Amino acid sequence: MNKLELVQALKDSNGLSKPEAEKVVNIFFNEMANALAKGDRVEIRGLCSFFVKEYKSYTGRNPKTGEKVKIAPKKLPFFKAGKELKERVDR
Amino acid sequence: MSLTKAQIVENIQDQTGLTKIKATETVETLLEIIKASLSTGENVLVSGFGKFCVKDKKQRKGRNPATGDEMMLDERRVVTFKCSGKLRDKIN
Repeated sequence: MNKLELVQALKDSNGLSKPEAEKVVNIFFNEMANALAKGDRVEIRGLCSFFVKEYKSYTGRNPKTGEKVKIAPKKLPFFKAGKELKERVDR
Repeated sequence: MSLTKAQIVENIQDQTGLTKIKATETVETLLEIIKASLSTGENVLVSGFGKFCVKDKKQRKGRNPATGDEMMLDERRVVTFKCSGKLRDKIN
């Protein structure tokens, strides 16, 4: 399912216009992205939580050539599935 | 500070002019659609944000870290998240 299908499904089940549904979906994901960009945690009960994890720089290897490469420090969002989602997916 | 559903609802209210009730309802519906899709095993792809993937994990041997006892972990299904390049650039 992609964003367009998400918008369509939301529109169909909630009596919103398509632009409204689109706006809601965009705001929802933008808000989460903005919070993470600031380094804030995101917690959506039942679905998931995110926090930003910092990785230090390290020397890695190109798996294809075996060459050593220096990996710069980076930040990545760390995802944790919520209780309800976990249970429903695993059944 | 942590972003929660309540703040997202408030923002939706402000930016769309929907009532609080309607905005709350809409967010709940959106969450339900995402969860329902994932629970049928279908991935959810949000361009510019990331991909929620459903993965099947095989049965494996594990250990209870507290006691060291060996035990069998059953096969299970989990959700993973792959961050999009755009989000990654935004965070860094």
